[in-house]
Amino acid sequence: MAFVNLRNKEVQAKIVYYGPGRGGKTTNLEYIYNTFKKNINSDMVTIKTRGDRTLFFDFFPVNLGQIKGYDIKIQLYTVPGQVKYNATRKLVLRGVDGIVFVADSMVLRRERNIISLDNLQENLTSHNKNITKIPLVMQYNKRDLAEQGIPLLSFETLENDLNSKLKAPSFMASAFLGTNVTKTIRKIIAITVTSLANQLK
Amino acid sequence: MELSLGQKQIDIIEKILHKDLIELGVSCVCLIDMAGNVISNLDNGKMKYDIYSLAALAAGNFGAVSAMAKIIGEDDFSLLFHKGHKENIHFSKVMDDFLLVAIFDKDISLGFLRLRVAGAIKKIAKLWE
Repeated sequence: MAFVNLRNKEVQAKIVYYGPGRGGKTTNLEYIYNTFKKNINSDMVTIKTRGDRTLFFDFFPVNLGQIKGYDIKIQLYTVPGQVKYNATRKLVLRGVDGIVFVADSMVLRRERNIISLDNLQENLTSHNKNITKIPLVMQYNKRDLAEQGIPLLSFETLENDLNSKLKAPSFMASAFLGTNVTKTIRKIIAITVTSLANQLK
Repeated sequence: MELSLGQKQIDIIEKILHKDLIELGVSCVCLIDMAGNVISNLDNGKMKYDIYSLAALAAGNFGAVSAMAKIIGEDDFSLLFHKGHKENIHFSKVMDDFLLVAIFDKDISLGFLRLRVAGAIKKIAKLWE
């Protein structure tokens, strides 16, 4: 749950990028960091393996300015996507307020997306949170690979596999090129802040 | 468990931290929650640290160490200490939901700091009684 500091009039909320390994979660954060560098006062923290895979998380805070007199600070995190790092994924999810699920559009990765979404659901349940209630945005990443002739899942297939019950807002994106990366984060911030405002009423 | 902190409680917490730790010579002390949110942050004005990144890493670090504790049959390790060349970091759990992080240099002995931290934590925990 977000932390509200009544004295400093500050709200801190946590948004986590989740999804299968090598799906582009870190690339999303790197694009956001480089695009909005001027508004970010910290370095991006990354804990990764020698092979450049996320080991624990990537992190940086973003100041959104004021909403209803409160300074809104969003903490952005990624999780490690590899199946074996579930303990650390669970840790990063602690206190989460909003989630972006970054799915890999490659046909080859179809099953991994579904497994990762199931894993998200399980991990949220272990924190007493419900995947159908938490602010969530779906991002179908790597659309740029179509130009290289790599077979990609269609929007309909991805929606059917991952979003038929959740009905979360969804975007086709390329984190590598930056396509719809900003739209994705704007959407999750908007839903998360609205949800927090409702909880605070 | 959901905990809420009002203006008064945060004021009291900051007074305790200031009196028990900053006056002792600790360069920076912050109270964070286990999700990595910063609840309270005080320093001696000489050092400027990136507190939000520090809080995210401290919460992650503490969580990882707690998971290790469970693997070896411990419930938890309630405190952690990292020693550097100039600065050291001491982490201590406050009830089940918070973490007190203190950064201090070699002029302060670890034993004395631990005593002061334990005293401050007792006083902070009383706020919820």
